[in-house]
Amino acid sequence: MVMEVLAMNKNKSYPFYFVIGALLLYSILFLMPSLIGIGYAFTDWSSYSKEVHFVGFQNFITFFTGDQHYRLIIINTLVFTLVTTLMKTALGLVLALLLTQKIKAINFHRALMFIPSVLSLLIVGIIFKSILNPASGFLNTMLRSMGLELFALKWLVDPKIALMSVMAVDVWKGMGYIMTIIIAGLMSIPQHYYEAAKIDGANAFQRFRAITIPMLMPTLSVTLVLNIIYGLKVFDTIYVLTNGGPARQTEVLYTAVFREISLGRYGIGTAMSSVMFVVMAFIGFFLIKILNRDEVQE
Amino acid sequence: MKVKNKIGAILANLIAILVSASMVVPLLLILLNAFKTSGEAAAMNLTLPKVVQWSNFAVVIERGKLIQSFMNSAIYSVFSVVLCIGLASVASYALARNRSRVNKIIYYMIVLGIALPINFVTLLKTMQFLQINDSRIGMVLIYAATQMPFAVFLIYSFIAKLPKELDEAGFIDGATPVQLFTYIIFPVLKPVVVTAGVLTFLNTWNDFIFPLYFLNSSDKWPMTLAVYNFFGMYFKDFNLISADIVLTSIPVVLVYLFGQKYIVGGMISGAVKS
Repeated sequence: MVMEVLAMNKNKSYPFYFVIGALLLYSILFLMPSLIGIGYAFTDWSSYSKEVHFVGFQNFITFFTGDQHYRLIIINTLVFTLVTTLMKTALGLVLALLLTQKIKAINFHRALMFIPSVLSLLIVGIIFKSILNPASGFLNTMLRSMGLELFALKWLVDPKIALMSVMAVDVWKGMGYIMTIIIAGLMSIPQHYYEAAKIDGANAFQRFRAITIPMLMPTLSVTLVLNIIYGLKVFDTIYVLTNGGPARQTEVLYTAVFREISLGRYGIGTAMSSVMFVVMAFIGFFLIKILNRDEVQE
Repeated sequence: MKVKNKIGAILANLIAILVSASMVVPLLLILLNAFKTSGEAAAMNLTLPKVVQWSNFAVVIERGKLIQSFMNSAIYSVFSVVLCIGLASVASYALARNRSRVNKIIYYMIVLGIALPINFVTLLKTMQFLQINDSRIGMVLIYAATQMPFAVFLIYSFIAKLPKELDEAGFIDGATPVQLFTYIIFPVLKPVVVTAGVLTFLNTWNDFIFPLYFLNSSDKWPMTLAVYNFFGMYFKDFNLISADIVLTSIPVVLVYLFGQKYIVGGMISGAVKS
């Protein structure tokens, strides 16, 4: 009886004005600008002229088939996303497996490895810009003192390895976070699965393949998507470490957008943001699907 | 077999120590250098300072305008947490309890924002139109707006697991929706509200992009931007830069130490089936 009354009065009991604040704030200062941006992506909007003209797909054509500078941005963004995602997942998994064994001071290790995740990307960037300085940095100073002069490279300055250095810093910062998530995933696997498999004579590798990996898949798929989202949007780390240089060899989408906007070229800037928007909306759908897999349906 | 196990255990411990060291050494380097003279810091090593230079901190606070930027960071972080979490809580409650078609669409639209990128040009123009560009209130509003998706996601999943009897008892006693939420629901949400609050606080405190795009006047800069600017000016004085980094990171490390349980819990919720 009570349930029926409640069911009929849901709109009264849980009024819409509860939702309005969050909805308005999110729509006006996040969603709407992005949607409006898609419209402006088809114009020559810039800070130099008061007039805005419709130019069709011109900005997108410039971005996708323009000079090789734009091609490099796309490639760098994809390489950064792919490599950091794989490295963080692989290292995070290895570390998680390691830190669920009998290790001394295990909680201390877990806490230490997580610390970089709470630091600001900017701070991490500044720290590593100092550490990786070719002449005076900590890394090269240490390598030289050990007689490894050969390995004292120009980490962030040499165009050939700058992107690799940037990715390494990013993996350093992010792998502890992935490890922590995977540890939680490992701990949620019922222990008796392993015991049963042991009784059946499965060796460690077989148990890993038949129990750990399948049971860990939901966790891994979430970390995968989160890493991909992060990688495509990366800005702070690169802005601080190399600002897209040397010779734009580490330029990614978001640093490029920042550059276009600073130059007042809003049209191409919004076009690049809009491409990102469409890609991310797709990824977002996947994410929601994965996240809501255990959501209780009413 | 036993010997093999023992070697394995030693190896595992060794690897753990090496990885932990690779995490700690860069941070230790900063911490030690913060107490050294400029000359000592330039040597870039892990030795202890000859004489502890407390004055570094005083210099940084003064030259880096850290008091003002600390206040700014505190304002942005605290108010965006209150606004974001407050609005997200009520909204999530209504969305989770009344799953009408419209509400479901609204929920998915908001949560999709976890992935969506920000269009900085049009957001800048929107803020200029609303006359909140280059203002503290504007910063608070965009931090609250952009972190709404994750907050709603976290709180909504928590409420979805709360028994409905809680609401029914309240309604039978004649409570209005606002009373029910304020006195019965919100207190129960404490764990998730703390988690979402701590994460929002950290993200806002650590952020660097919004001030870079939306703040022109240096008196409104948060600590991150102030540090970045300081880094550009004093790149030769690594001791001062280190001291600046230490001061900027103290609040974050404190929040981490006290809120570790909530941070880790929040970051992994959703990712792991409970």
